[in-house]
Amino acid sequence: MSVAVLDRTDAAAIQLGVPKATSPEPLISLSNVCKGYGSGVTRNEVLTNINLNLRSGEFLAIVGFSGSGKTTLMKLLAGLEVADSGQVTMENEVITGPSQERGMVFQNYSLLPWLTVRGNISLSVDRVFRHWTKSERRDHVEKFIEMVGLGFAAHRRPHELSGGMRQRVSLARTLAMKPKVLLLDEPLSALDALTRSTLQEEILKIWEEERQTCLMITNDVDEAILVADRIVPLNPGPRASLGPAFTVKLERPRNKTELNHNPTFKALRNAVTNYLVSVRQKSRDEEAMASEAPPIILPDLKPKDLALPRGPYRSP
Amino acid sequence: MKNLNWRGNALKFCNVAGLPILEPFVRLIAGEDVKEQFKGIVKFVVLPVVAVAVFIGLWSLAARTVVSDSVKLPNPTETWNAGTELFAMHAKDRAKDRAKKREKTFEAVSLIAEAKRSEQLASTASGKEKETLLANASTLKQRAVQAANYKPSSAPTFVDQIVTSLKTVFVGFAIATLIAVPVGVLCGMNPWFNAALNPFIQVFKPVSPLAWLPLAGLVIVWAYADANPDDTLVPKSFLVSAITVSLCSLWPTLVNTTLGVASVDKDYMNVAAVLKLSWWQTLFKIILPASLPLMFAGLRISLGVGWMVLIAADMLSQNPGLGKFVWDEFQGNGTLAYARIAFSILIIGGIGLVLDRIMICLRNLVSFGNPAAA
Repeated sequence: MSVAVLDRTDAAAIQLGVPKATSPEPLISLSNVCKGYGSGVTRNEVLTNINLNLRSGEFLAIVGFSGSGKTTLMKLLAGLEVADSGQVTMENEVITGPSQERGMVFQNYSLLPWLTVRGNISLSVDRVFRHWTKSERRDHVEKFIEMVGLGFAAHRRPHELSGGMRQRVSLARTLAMKPKVLLLDEPLSALDALTRSTLQEEILKIWEEERQTCLMITNDVDEAILVADRIVPLNPGPRASLGPAFTVKLERPRNKTELNHNPTFKALRNAVTNYLVSVRQKSRDEEAMASEAPPIILPDLKPKDLALPRGPYRSP
Repeated sequence: MKNLNWRGNALKFCNVAGLPILEPFVRLIAGEDVKEQFKGIVKFVVLPVVAVAVFIGLWSLAARTVVSDSVKLPNPTETWNAGTELFAMHAKDRAKDRAKKREKTFEAVSLIAEAKRSEQLASTASGKEKETLLANASTLKQRAVQAANYKPSSAPTFVDQIVTSLKTVFVGFAIATLIAVPVGVLCGMNPWFNAALNPFIQVFKPVSPLAWLPLAGLVIVWAYADANPDDTLVPKSFLVSAITVSLCSLWPTLVNTTLGVASVDKDYMNVAAVLKLSWWQTLFKIILPASLPLMFAGLRISLGVGWMVLIAADMLSQNPGLGKFVWDEFQGNGTLAYARIAFSILIIGGIGLVLDRIMICLRNLVSFGNPAAA
C-alpha cells in the first residue's frame, strides 16, 4: 500500500500506524469483519477485514469518500446488520442486534413526522427508562430539549423545523437514552456550511460535558480533526478496509477559528487528505487494471493538409 | 406578532381543509399585496363562476334543441323549479306528519286522563261494576300507548331518500374499512400473506357492483331466511345495497393500506429497532402513523367509489335512496320527471363533492408537512 507523503513539520502531533498495544480494554471492537450484499454473480463485497478498537471515553472519527461503505460499517456497529464473517463485540459480548446502549444519530434525522419535538424525544425516553416515574421522565425529556437549545420549539413538528434544528432533535433523542456509545452517521452532511459549523461546536461542547464514547462517520476531514481524538480513514470500496489511524493531539477545548492557523492542524489535515487522495487514486488504478473491457483503440489517422479548402465546394 | 399568527393559522386551515378558494381573501385581510391577491380571486372565484355561467348557457341551448314529441331535455330553470318543489314537498309532508303526531299525542293524553277517571270511579265502586271499570281503564291505557307510539308512515320524500343514501353509503363504507384496513396492514407487513391474497385482490378489484349485487342479495336472503320481516333491524334492500357498496369500496383502501404499510420509511423501522419496540408498539407507534396518509388517500377513493356504486345498487335493490328516486322518476316519464332526475344528479354530485372534501381534510390532518393538492 502506498503511504501518503507526510509533511512532518510537527511529527510529535501526528502518529501514523497501529493503535497502541497498551490501550485499555476496548469498549467496542471489530475483528476481521467482512460484509457484502447479494449472492452469486451479483455479490458485492462492501467491507473486508475491518479491524477497529473503540476505547472507552474516546472520540473516534472515521473519514471516507461517499460510497465507501461508511453507512454499512455504522449499521454493523449499531447491530442493524450482521457481519458475514468476523466479530463485532461490545464489552466482550458479540453484538447480535440493536441495543439501547448504542445510540445512533442518523444522517437524515429519522424523526417521526407525526410527533412533536417533545414527542420524538419522549418516545425513546419512555421506552428506555420504563421504570422511572412519569414526572422523572418528563423532566429528563425537558432537560435534553434545553440542552440542544430547542425549548422554544418543543411543541413543533419536524416539518416546521430547519435541517439544523431537526438534527439537534435527533441528537437530543439519542443522548436522552444515555447510551454507552454514541454512533453518529454523517450527522452533519445534509446541512449547509454555516449550520454545520455551529452544530460541530455544539456537539463538541456536549461531548466535553459528558465525555461519552463516541464514533462519528464523516466525509469532512476538518470536522474529523476538530472533534476527534483519533481519525481512521476508510479506504474506498468495494472491499473497503480501514487505513492507519491518525492520532489528533490537539488541546481541548478546541476552537475552530483558532485551529485554522494551528500548524499541527494544518499538517494533520494535509496528511489525512493526502492519504485519502492517494488511496483513492490507487483504487481507481486497480479498478482500471482489473476491468476486462478492452481499451478503445482510436484509428491512427492524420490529415494530409490542414489548410482550408479554397473556392466553392465541388463534389468528386 | 399576534396578527401574523392569526394569518398563519388561517392559511394553514385553508391548506388542510383543501379550500384554496379562501386563501386570497385571508391574504387580503392580512394586508398583503392587493394585485397579487386579485389574481388569486380571479383564478379561484371569478373563473369558476364564469365557467358555470357558460355551462348553464350551453345547457339551456341544448334544452332547446333536444326536444322530441313526448319528452324534452329539462332546462336549468325547470330543473331548479323541480328541485325547490321537491324540498317544498318535503317540508309540507313533514308539517303534515307533525300535525298528525301532535293530534295523536293529544289523543293519548286524553285517553290516559279518561283511564285515570275510570280507575278513580273503580276505587269507589264495588263488585261487577268495579271490574268493568278497571277493564275499561286498561283498554283505554292500551289505546293511549298505541296513540303515543304513532309513527307517521307517509312515503319517503326526496330528503328522506338523501338521508337513506347517506346512511347506506356510510354503513357500506364502514364495513369495507373494518375489513380492508386490518387485512391491508397484514398484507403490508407480511409479503407472504400479500402474495397469498394478491390473486383475489387482482381478480375481484375490477368487478362491477352490478355483478356483485345478486350474490350479496343471496347472502342476505339466506341470513334473513328465518327472520320475520317486521322485526328485522334494517330492511333487506338496505343491507344488499350497503354490502354491494362495501364490496366495491374495499379495494382501494386495501391496496393503499398495503402500499402504505409496506413502504414505511426504513429509517423509522431502524428507530424502532434501536429502541427495541415490541411488535405491537412498532405497529401502533411507527407503522400505522406512518402509513396513515396513504391509508386515507385510499379511504378517500373508496368513499368516492362507494358513493358512485350506491346509486346503481339502490336502483337494483330498490333501497329507498337516491338511486331508487332516479329509477322511479324514470319510470314516471314526463318533463317534470326528467327535471327531477337532472336535479338529483346535481345533488348526487354535490354530496359526492362534500364527502371528497371531508376525506381530503382528514388525509391532510394526518399527513404532517405534506398536504395533498385539493
